[in-house]
Amino acid sequence: MANIEKDAVTGTNTTGHEWDGIKELNTPLPRWWLWTFYATIIFAIGYWVAMPSWPTLSGYAQGQLGYSSRANLVEDMKAQKMERASWQQKFASMDTADIAKDGTLLNYAMAGGKLVFADNCAPCHGSQGSGGPGYPVLADDDWLWGGSLEAIEATIRFGIRGAHGDTRTSEMPVFGGDLSADQIAAVADHVLSLSGAGSANADGAAIFVEQCAACHGEDGKGLRDFGAPNLTDGIWLYGTGRDAVIAQMNKPKHGVMPTWEGRLDDVSIKQVAIYVHTLGGGE
Amino acid sequence: MTSASLASSASTDTPNYHDDLIKKFVIAAMFWGIAGFLAGDFIAWQLAFPVLNLDLEWTTFGRLRPLHTSAVIFAFGGNILIGSSLYIVQRTSRVSLFGGAFLGNFIFWGYQLFIVLAATGYLLGITQGKEYAEPEWYVDLWITIVWVVYLLVFAGTVMTRKESHIYVANWFLLAFIITIAMLHLGNNPAVPAIFFGGEFTKSYIVWSGVQDAMTQWWYGHNAVGFFLTAGFLGMMYYFVPKQAERPVYSYRLSVIHFWALTFLYIWAGPHHLHYTALPDWVQTLGMTFSVMLWMPSWGGMINGVMTLGGAWHKLRTDPVLRFLVASVGFYGMSTFEGPLMSIKAVNSLSHYTDWTIGHVHSGALGWNALISFGAIYYLVPKLWNRERLYSLRMVGMHFWIATIGIVLYITSMWVSGIMQGLMWRTYDSLGFLQYSFIETVEAMHPYYIIRATGGLLFVLGALLMAYNLWKTAKGEIRDEAPIGLDVPASAR
Repeated sequence: MANIEKDAVTGTNTTGHEWDGIKELNTPLPRWWLWTFYATIIFAIGYWVAMPSWPTLSGYAQGQLGYSSRANLVEDMKAQKMERASWQQKFASMDTADIAKDGTLLNYAMAGGKLVFADNCAPCHGSQGSGGPGYPVLADDDWLWGGSLEAIEATIRFGIRGAHGDTRTSEMPVFGGDLSADQIAAVADHVLSLSGAGSANADGAAIFVEQCAACHGEDGKGLRDFGAPNLTDGIWLYGTGRDAVIAQMNKPKHGVMPTWEGRLDDVSIKQVAIYVHTLGGGE
Repeated sequence: MTSASLASSASTDTPNYHDDLIKKFVIAAMFWGIAGFLAGDFIAWQLAFPVLNLDLEWTTFGRLRPLHTSAVIFAFGGNILIGSSLYIVQRTSRVSLFGGAFLGNFIFWGYQLFIVLAATGYLLGITQGKEYAEPEWYVDLWITIVWVVYLLVFAGTVMTRKESHIYVANWFLLAFIITIAMLHLGNNPAVPAIFFGGEFTKSYIVWSGVQDAMTQWWYGHNAVGFFLTAGFLGMMYYFVPKQAERPVYSYRLSVIHFWALTFLYIWAGPHHLHYTALPDWVQTLGMTFSVMLWMPSWGGMINGVMTLGGAWHKLRTDPVLRFLVASVGFYGMSTFEGPLMSIKAVNSLSHYTDWTIGHVHSGALGWNALISFGAIYYLVPKLWNRERLYSLRMVGMHFWIATIGIVLYITSMWVSGIMQGLMWRTYDSLGFLQYSFIETVEAMHPYYIIRATGGLLFVLGALLMAYNLWKTAKGEIRDEAPIGLDVPASAR
């Protein structure tokens, strides 16, 4: 039963219905609302005419503009490849040392290498190669396997203790058990004394020559053929101080760096090697 | 006479409304709401400070994130939607609940069981991996039963109504219930692994590849369209005219925007898959239907806001009305932003960035939560038969705390999202991307802190609300000066 009233505030009639005290005004559709709605519909129809839109029995309406996101992508990729082709060829045919000598190529390698490094290396080695516990700093002069362009490239390409046949690998023996706790402590003190921290002692020095010098060198300056760290420069990979040295002797930690060959293309590896070389420690 | 006479009801025979049931839904909504807000704010802090993942599998972002989304959408939103829909349908049909207390209680407890099964599963790593449809097959089957009973009770109440016409709120609520059932069934067909000797808690969705993606976003977008939009518009169409004590602005608009919204929304899902393997023609349809949705969505905003014509002065003294009106404002903003973001050129910048997260929260916090708060503030004194709320001043405080929280959230996500999108697509002069992914993450950090701070304010507001409602339910009234008394009488 309709009971139409006039609303005093707006002067508009109600529809005459009431639900739990709620009434409705019979206000017409706002014109601006209706026209904007029509405008969006007209826009949609125009878009359907221009672009791929409705499905048909045998495919879909292609649209007047011939747009195809797949074709666009193929074209973009082709253009990109063309643009990079001359660079790629140079990088592929030259070794890193020669690339680094050419100012233009070096510039290009730095820009590309920075990005490769940030996306692939920075998670462990830190942005700008600042390193972290267990992950070597790449911006200083302390290199485990060598800091020449060639050495850096080999490390990246094949990895350390990685999956590749040419990967760099070595293992520090476990001394816990073979040496007594006292002996290990004496060696630790000797090792620390090499960088001016611990107390030099004859026992430790003697054991060092016997057990450690083969890899770390009699002077403790390390041997890059084995990736054996320099123990005299006060730079520690797995922690600073006597306890850390003792722990490393008792149960050595060995870091793994992935093999990047196969994951990065040849040009990217060269670029990132050059980039790392310029971070501060390149030899 | 004035508007007051138009709004006053004069029903003589009041049926026996099942209000005890609605009370349970309100309590559950507040409980899950606070739990969901807390989970959300915690994961917001996790994004700023990853150490908060606590190195435990159960507390990682990956598991807590669906816990948060399900808790706020389905547990908080669902409880207040079902609760208020059963309140509204009884009163606007002038009839007691179809199926009575028994079916009503089945819906309530069945729904809570669904929430607990889903949430505990997430923490244990049991998930289908489909956004907003994470619960596994056995939970899906259970909620299907509960939902069908809900449809039966709601539709039965409408069909046995004592009013000649069906009120607009009930159109929206019925569209919500039916469409959610359809979406749920369409998106979740799965083969449980246990039939082939696998684990009980594992299943495989029958859709695959791009068809699965399309079905998922047909579901996902219409969960927004019919759960968070149509359902809450049903709430809006009841609580705004009731609280404002004004007639609904335009019946004609409500008819047109209802059908336009219902017809257009269901097509808009593909805009979640722009520039993917989804065929271009489907992307076109998703985008154009989203653009056409703009005005049908705004029809609800116009009807909500213009219903206040002749009652604007009430905003000075009625903070509950402020919640309702502000929610409609946020609704209008989000439903403009949505079509904008569906345009492919805009989407190529916004997609996968924090802008999307900000957009979702301007809708979820601004529209869904604020209107729910308004509805709950309206309902509690009525359900517990109290003269009024314990403290209107606390409601006013809650309004500002929540609103500032929302503004911090969405503005920080606009800035961070657009910055993120720009950083991802910046090339240097040699054709290399300028920024690495980790650099974009570092750039987000300050905005993540601002966002989490906004979220914290939102949680605090909800706690204040819970205290206020607790005191109201106990029947206490705070000794406080009325709101808006400093306004000269002539201006009122």
